[in-house]
Amino acid sequence: MNEPRETPPGARLLSFRLNGEDLSVATADHQTLLELLRYGLDRVGTKQGCDSGECGACTVLLDGRPVLACLTLAVQVEGRDVRTVEALAEREAAALLDAFDRHDAAQCGFCTPGVLMSAEALLMDKRRVVSQGEARAALSGNLCRCTGYTKILDAVVDASEKLVEAADRTREPAS
Amino acid sequence: MKYVGQDLPHESARLHVTGEALYTDDLVTRFPGCLHAWPVQSPHAHARVLGVDASAAEATPGFVRLLDAGDVPGEGDTGAARKDEPLFPNEACYEGQPVRWALAETEEAARLAATRVVVEWEVLPAVLGVRAAIEAESYLADEIAIRRGDVASALEGAPHRLSFELLVGGQEQLYLETQAALVDHDENGQVVVHSSTQNPTETQVIVARVLGLPRSRVTCQSLRMGGGFGGKETQANPIASVAAVGAHVTHRPVRVRLDRQRDISSTGKRHPFLGRLDVGFDDAGKLVAVDAKLFADGGYSLDLTVPIAWRALFHLDNAYLLPSCSLTARAMRTNVPSNTAFRGFGGPQGMLMIEEAMDRVARALDRSPLEVREANFYVEGDKTPYGLEVRHPERIRRVWDGVLESSEYEARRAEVDAFNAAHEHTKRGLAITPVKFGISFTTAFFNQAGALVLIYADGSVQLNHGGTEMGQGLHTKMRQIAAQELGVLLDDVRLMPTRTDKVPNTSATAASSGADLNGAAVRDACQKLRARLAEVAAAELGAAVDELSFEDACVFVASSPTRSMAFGELAQKAYLERVQLSATGYYKTPEISFDEAAGRGRPFHYFAYGAAVSEVEIDGFTGQHFVRRADILHDVGDSLSPLLDRGQIEGAFVQGMGWLTREELRRDAKGRLGTRGLSTYKIPGADDMPKDFRVALLPRATEPGVVHGSKAVGEPPLMLAISVREALRDAVAAFGDQPSGEAVELATPATPEAVWRACRAIQGR
Ligand code: FES
Ligand code: FES
Repeated sequence: MNEPRETPPGARLLSFRLNGEDLSVATADHQTLLELLRYGLDRVGTKQGCDSGECGACTVLLDGRPVLACLTLAVQVEGRDVRTVEALAEREAAALLDAFDRHDAAQCGFCTPGVLMSAEALLMDKRRVVSQGEARAALSGNLCRCTGYTKILDAVVDASEKLVEAADRTREPAS
Repeated sequence: MKYVGQDLPHESARLHVTGEALYTDDLVTRFPGCLHAWPVQSPHAHARVLGVDASAAEATPGFVRLLDAGDVPGEGDTGAARKDEPLFPNEACYEGQPVRWALAETEEAARLAATRVVVEWEVLPAVLGVRAAIEAESYLADEIAIRRGDVASALEGAPHRLSFELLVGGQEQLYLETQAALVDHDENGQVVVHSSTQNPTETQVIVARVLGLPRSRVTCQSLRMGGGFGGKETQANPIASVAAVGAHVTHRPVRVRLDRQRDISSTGKRHPFLGRLDVGFDDAGKLVAVDAKLFADGGYSLDLTVPIAWRALFHLDNAYLLPSCSLTARAMRTNVPSNTAFRGFGGPQGMLMIEEAMDRVARALDRSPLEVREANFYVEGDKTPYGLEVRHPERIRRVWDGVLESSEYEARRAEVDAFNAAHEHTKRGLAITPVKFGISFTTAFFNQAGALVLIYADGSVQLNHGGTEMGQGLHTKMRQIAAQELGVLLDDVRLMPTRTDKVPNTSATAASSGADLNGAAVRDACQKLRARLAEVAAAELGAAVDELSFEDACVFVASSPTRSMAFGELAQKAYLERVQLSATGYYKTPEISFDEAAGRGRPFHYFAYGAAVSEVEIDGFTGQHFVRRADILHDVGDSLSPLLDRGQIEGAFVQGMGWLTREELRRDAKGRLGTRGLSTYKIPGADDMPKDFRVALLPRATEPGVVHGSKAVGEPPLMLAISVREALRDAVAAFGDQPSGEAVELATPATPEAVWRACRAIQGR
């Protein structure tokens, strides 16, 4: 749905932080976060695969935890921190993005933004090398119709290894 | 630098991971004032529209109008094969069929308005399921047939004989990006269609027909798709047509995007097939005669059902010689969405029939299915039932023996048997199956492709070709070919979105043929340009044309590489000398023809081969099962792009597993689809894939006569998943007394419920 052109009755002003930027935007009570992101704020990186919490394509991070934007009302993010795939291009997720490139983990790419957000949450949570099993569990809510998952799981494990190596390297000169 | 054959990630890899890769619906905010359309769907499988009352809809704020047949300036029908798909029908032929579309300022308003449209229906009797269609003699087309020898007397004379019926379920494509289109008029009055379509030309043709315009007035662009799998070959056309009609009557941009429920309930799927087979064989399990009658559930309209039925017949032999046979198929008309293309295009259903026969023959003779399959393999000089000599039949043995060895089949057979002897309620199964899949469109004239390559005077290159990108990596392969032919860097070649105003009259990106056809066309264009540039360079460097090498964005004399010039410099020089720097390329597959009346000919340019070994485990209490390990050896010729090809093989195998073991489309007695979302329609998740998954490409596999010796890869590996079904059957059999000489019945899809039933049946006998 398009952003309401003015604040109609039943609409309200919503303030939250999106990818590090503080925003105030008009939203209706029943608008989902996904609709607000895609059609209200033109952040179309987050995808819509089912509209009903079944595919994971719309996964975003809310205060660092993965949530489904299609099942989250926009008003629920008042005062909170939302991160989408557009934020991952920042430096800290470079290892993850590089690993996805190297393993060719995106085929059609439509599931990729959601997969990346779930993976990012896993890596940020564990901050160590993750196992295939952990990656499978973390991504069990993200459906992919193209890859057969192998390359995605390999990429996530690989990224966790690279992150640990990088962390070790930055620690070494200090010791 | 050589690009062809290298492990390169997807052309849009960076865009995918940064969220910058745009899909059709992502463009909507670029069209200010865009209107949204939402369907009014039939709640009945078959019913006549007696009246439509839109007064409540009209009261919805933001409502613009209800689109109906009166708004269509041209022909209100989008049928691709036959005009049997009215865009705004007054007779609904399946539950979920859109009959009118509400147009509104927002999607929410359109949706609300659509639910407020009151339709008065007269419910009519419906034909549901292929058996009912046979009963009712409800046909979409005439019977098609391939025959060899006198099958009746061959069956009579066979040492052994068995017959069976197999019902194979359908499958929803479940591309993650649902159907979407956006139509606008540009400043020149041109109708511009942005569509998530595998077939931009056909979408253009149908939109032009609906609008009553010459094709030159309509441009269709397919930026990229979030998956297609055949489900956007014809099914994108009505979506684009509705948007086009809306844009025509309102002079505003119109967007149509189906949500998942509407997509599943209104678009076509893989055809369910019923097979009735009568098989004669000898003591060794060698087939003597096969009589197969197939019935395809075509749904309400013709669409692609006839070519799909042909492909089912073409693959009923799989890798086996059918000495005497009668293979027939009939397209049945039923009251469900018109079933359509899906990866394999009927081939998987045909192949499943003969694999079922192999297992039944083996069990009837108390032989191993493995040895019965081996006994029937094609060898040099053999011909298919339609009279085509099997090219490279020795590759069946190569992939077969290769994967038997790499999977340690023999040792694991013993392990599985030992496990089963020691476990009463949990059983394992192991199976190997082959794939032989014919490559080419079986309709000869589709086997052509075009390309347009532009070199700018700074040496940068734009590449256009007729194929669409849906995740298979076609654009990547085309860039590799262009960069290598021109001797420029990969980054110098910019791949342009697929548009009908760049390359006209293209075929669908389908039949796994995208890289073969478009790759050859791209190479043709690049070779023309290179020849022109070589003339200029030869004069400049004082060498003969054939002494030159084009590599790494540099042109040099092969014998003295210091005599060189940069590609950009050369392009500038050529421009100043008035040398044309753009070229079209064209390709048509040689020697393709098929006589449908006779059931004979050369429908394929070559065959792709593969074999897979799968091991499964079943819980006898619940029927739950999983794949412990899968080993694949697949023939892709000399791979253009091994990383992409492995991805295609893995993805196809898992999708095939979904079809055969998880994905079940359920309708109630009134034809209403119950599985309308991913919570009830279960596609494989990360947890469902084989716990140990080993994929290898057949080495030394050059395919002469195909671009860079490669082979098509999109569809063939899907059928490797038949090994999972056969492994399940092997495990089910272990719940009973063996050998029993009896068949092991297993429904398709072999869902946990079906497996549980199969286990109960075998324990009970
Ligand atoms: S769109 Fe949110 S889970 Fe599918
Ligand atoms: S890459 Fe297409 S759905 Fe995952």
